[in-house]
Amino acid sequence: MEQYGRFPPLSPAQAAALRRSAANGRAALGRRTLLRAAGLGLAGAAGLTACGIPAAGRTADGTSSTDHSAEEKTVDFSNWTEYIDVSDDGKHRPTLEAFTKATGITVKYTEDINDNVEFFGKIKPQLSAGQDTGRDLMVLTDWLCARMIRLGWVQKLDPSHLPHAFANLEQRFRSPDWDPGRAYTYPWQGIATCIAYNKKATKGRAVTSVSQLLDDPALKGRVAMLSEMRDTIGMTLLDMGHTPETVTDDTFDAALARVQKAVDSQQIRKFTGNDYTDGLSKGDIAACLAWAGDLVQLRVDDPDIGYAFPDAGFLFSTDNLLVPAGARHKTNAERLIDYYYQPQVAAQLSAYIAYVCPVAGVKPYLAKIDPELAGNPLILPDAAMDAKSHTFRSLTEAEDSAYEEKFSKLIGA
Amino acid sequence: MNPARRRLTPYLLLLAGVAWLLVFFVAPMVYQASTSVQTGSLDKGFRVTWHFATYWDALREYWPHFVRSLLYAGIATAACLAIGYPLAYMIAFRAGRWRNVVMVLVVAPFFTSFLIRTLAWETILADQGPVVRFLDAVHVLDVTSWLHVTQGHRVLATPLAVVCGLTYNFLPFMILPLYTSLERVDARLHEAAGDLYATALTTFRTVTFPLSLPGVVAGTLLTFIPASGDYINAELLGSTNQKMIGNVIQAQFLRVLDYPTAAALSFILMAAILAIVTVYIRRSGTEELV
Repeated sequence: MEQYGRFPPLSPAQAAALRRSAANGRAALGRRTLLRAAGLGLAGAAGLTACGIPAAGRTADGTSSTDHSAEEKTVDFSNWTEYIDVSDDGKHRPTLEAFTKATGITVKYTEDINDNVEFFGKIKPQLSAGQDTGRDLMVLTDWLCARMIRLGWVQKLDPSHLPHAFANLEQRFRSPDWDPGRAYTYPWQGIATCIAYNKKATKGRAVTSVSQLLDDPALKGRVAMLSEMRDTIGMTLLDMGHTPETVTDDTFDAALARVQKAVDSQQIRKFTGNDYTDGLSKGDIAACLAWAGDLVQLRVDDPDIGYAFPDAGFLFSTDNLLVPAGARHKTNAERLIDYYYQPQVAAQLSAYIAYVCPVAGVKPYLAKIDPELAGNPLILPDAAMDAKSHTFRSLTEAEDSAYEEKFSKLIGA
Repeated sequence: MNPARRRLTPYLLLLAGVAWLLVFFVAPMVYQASTSVQTGSLDKGFRVTWHFATYWDALREYWPHFVRSLLYAGIATAACLAIGYPLAYMIAFRAGRWRNVVMVLVVAPFFTSFLIRTLAWETILADQGPVVRFLDAVHVLDVTSWLHVTQGHRVLATPLAVVCGLTYNFLPFMILPLYTSLERVDARLHEAAGDLYATALTTFRTVTFPLSLPGVVAGTLLTFIPASGDYINAELLGSTNQKMIGNVIQAQFLRVLDYPTAAALSFILMAAILAIVTVYIRRSGTEELV
């Protein structure tokens, strides 16, 4: 290519002209040009210093915003995928539609949460600037709720709008250490983290432990783990005989190293958010860490998908409804929360999504929909499930960012 | 028109363009430049401390991702050129009345979003899908595995999938400028070369290709630059071991919330691309672009 593209060599006259131009012409680097450049440089430096990212604000009780609920009969609800009941033709969401019919409030339901950390990164700029995120209600996992409350980005709920929620919240969810007495959040569902596999891809074999995920050569390159740090590290800790309730820097690093080894040996294909469901049903992912409720829904379409709770134990967490700072329709959001705490509505939701139900008194309603559901430990955990369940300890701010950074490196960034 | 107004006219005409550049190019650049020399944390906020070490730390930590990005983008650009040149040549000189139809076919993929097109490849290349099974049956995957561009009996989550995704997504950016410069080549030059006893190959080597060089340079730049900063292909078609620098920047901004490192990485990428492009343009000597 070069032999055609090169400039033709300069004649001596041209070369001389070029030199003159560089010395005295426009291209000359004279005193004035240098002074001008220095001035620009100084102005630029001042400009750069003027920028800066303000501290993530902390206001006493969560910034309350003007509530437009009375004039605007609407509520913007952000949730995870496959986390609400859908009619058989896939076009309707029965419980949401019944809510609209009963209250006249239309719900703008968006499934735009796939991963807590990423979602937080997305809404953080608006929240720290004190702006409306465009959402009135969102569902976030407990540790992120704790962070949001700490930063003052969650609005305190008005108990007088939440009579059902107050009365019917299951005892075990009443007072987490990060939100005592549920002043800011109410659980949407409880989540059990388990192991899922596609029998077609594992040639009929069950996958029942994290060790198997990390070491079994038959699964090489077809294993996924969750991009949720507490799930992946928590399950690995349990497999190694540690408990996530008492995680220390040492045990965390050990678990991290164990997963890193599997990444390096290309045993692990990717780290996913809620999107593992797609790869799992296609068989690209033979086995993975998963959220139990998703599997019940997947198994309806594909009986080849199986799941297991490891003998070493599993991680239990909650996803919680909260009203972010700056929301325009807080009262409408509270009415929606309260609506889902009526046992018959909760039963209808649980019967479809099969996550752990936080509402007391749903059993008879579940039995009415399907007697088998009332005995399903995935929805109403039994003593055997409870004995194996573990929670990840609340981390301090410093631990939180240190662990999150190490974990981010592990998952490929 | 009086002379004062005449002097002002060019500036008035520039106004819209300059305002656009100030708001959407200069302002974000200044902001990111500032971010890259800040230190702090999410809770305490970030303040400018002229902490230039961020650049060095970022480079030391993530140089493999830079190398990988430039390598993948380079291979994808070469592949685009190899596929795109014959096609553009065909459209310019041989397509006749089909020319417009073929051009529409080239541009057609743009009618759907980048993301959807890439997701479609995830389905086409599924491990259990017919394409991969066929490649496996005819032992193509054995060869590619031996070359370490795929692993085992799959294509997804390997370097090959990422490079193919990049090639596919940026191919039109190569074809369009190539076509534009080939189309301007006067067909009578070919006749003249024939009259002077040049073979077809010599005609191509000495007439057609040199005349199409501006298109080659424009096409390679339009492919290479976005491809090296791309993160969608590596995210969807690659695995943890194929992450490119775009993935790192995205994760630093959205996951780790380490804005200074993310901004520093963006500037390093920009500098690297500028350097490569400058050398490339100098060597290929296409004045129209500099």
